[in-house]
Amino acid sequence: MNPHEQHADDLALYALEALRGEERAQIEAHLATCASCRLELEQLRGDGALLALSATGPRAPQRARQRLLDAVAREPRIAATSPAAGTGRIAPQMEARGPGWWGWLGWAATAAVLLFAASLWRENSALKQNLASTTAQAAEGAQQMEELRRIAAPILEPEAQKITLVAAKAPPQPQGKAFYLRSRGSLVFLASNMPPLPPQKAYELWLIPASGAPIAAGVFKPDAHGSGSVVNPPLPPGTQAKGFAITVENEAGSPTATTPILMIGTGE
Amino acid sequence: MVMGLKSGDQGAMAQLYDRYSSVVYSVALRVLGDTGAAEDVLQEVFLQLWRNPSAFDAARGSLGSWLAVITRNRAIDFLRKRRPETDLEDVVLSVSPDLAGEAERSRAAEKVRGVIGAMSPSQRSALEMAYWEGMSHSEIADKTGEPLGTIKTRIRAGLICLRKAFQP
Repeated sequence: MNPHEQHADDLALYALEALRGEERAQIEAHLATCASCRLELEQLRGDGALLALSATGPRAPQRARQRLLDAVAREPRIAATSPAAGTGRIAPQMEARGPGWWGWLGWAATAAVLLFAASLWRENSALKQNLASTTAQAAEGAQQMEELRRIAAPILEPEAQKITLVAAKAPPQPQGKAFYLRSRGSLVFLASNMPPLPPQKAYELWLIPASGAPIAAGVFKPDAHGSGSVVNPPLPPGTQAKGFAITVENEAGSPTATTPILMIGTGE
Repeated sequence: MVMGLKSGDQGAMAQLYDRYSSVVYSVALRVLGDTGAAEDVLQEVFLQLWRNPSAFDAARGSLGSWLAVITRNRAIDFLRKRRPETDLEDVVLSVSPDLAGEAERSRAAEKVRGVIGAMSPSQRSALEMAYWEGMSHSEIADKTGEPLGTIKTRIRAGLICLRKAFQP
């Protein structure tokens, strides 16, 4: 199968992401209609992969493995949020979903629920021990309790920052509340009234440090009620947060913010 | 292992890391030249796979090669402080050799280095500037003083050279 010769060189550059501007747009428009060129693009990317494999060097430091596995263990499975309603675009005006749910009473109720859940877990662990549970069950219970403490700490600790994020434009306002405990690098973020997103897009939360570039702090998609959350994303411990912000990115997230800031909040 | 990721199996992620972290880290370090930044890209690539295991489809290519390409792209984005230009799901590639194992990758890497070494200096240079430094063809043309068309042709010819070396 022969690719169109006039596109051959540009395809190779496109495969290496070395094509910019108008030429990139032209080749993308062509690829949308040409199966043979799409196949050639796959081949060219494979050729590039061979080039990548020629790289040699030291192995990653051992800490990198544990860092990843710790992050994976903390990473919530975002199965609770349903895919965005298929409107195909973000509504220009934010739709009111009612006042009160995520008002101040809502935050207090959430903290109360977490406290109650933590006490239930503590009681459950004690009962298990009394029933002569195995060492593995006791260890599992202790881990779950510790995990709940970590989740609750940014909400409950006196020194935790509580930052309210509001949309930059007209009401009704999406709301976000970030509970951040710097000493542990622990963050709980709760959002409400968020507009639905197109497929394959997600909201991304950013920690804005006192200096330096914003740090990715997790992605979420709003559920049918416009609510979403991020719980303990991997963050460098001890990072001082000047504030938090929200952008819209591809659903896998982005290492750098690629769209205008939709919401922002600075520390109290 | 990717199926394990889809079901939230953290052990599967550990296995994937053990098998492919050397490729990912090597590529990131080659692009960035900084161990800290390379480690950050390593984390990001595997975390993105954990968050979105469906981005890779085993029917569409080999995971090792896919990870190498994703890593190179993300490292270049980091190096040039630019937004990612291609979604993970859109990176589809086909590779002739089977690169599932460490031994196969090592043999392939040796062969690739041989092919690159046999290229003309100008072709090797253009290809490496495009691939490892993320330079556009116009930037390469400006730097080398060569015509745009020549740079484009050299880069494509370099990739085709690699492909032919692995064709049966």
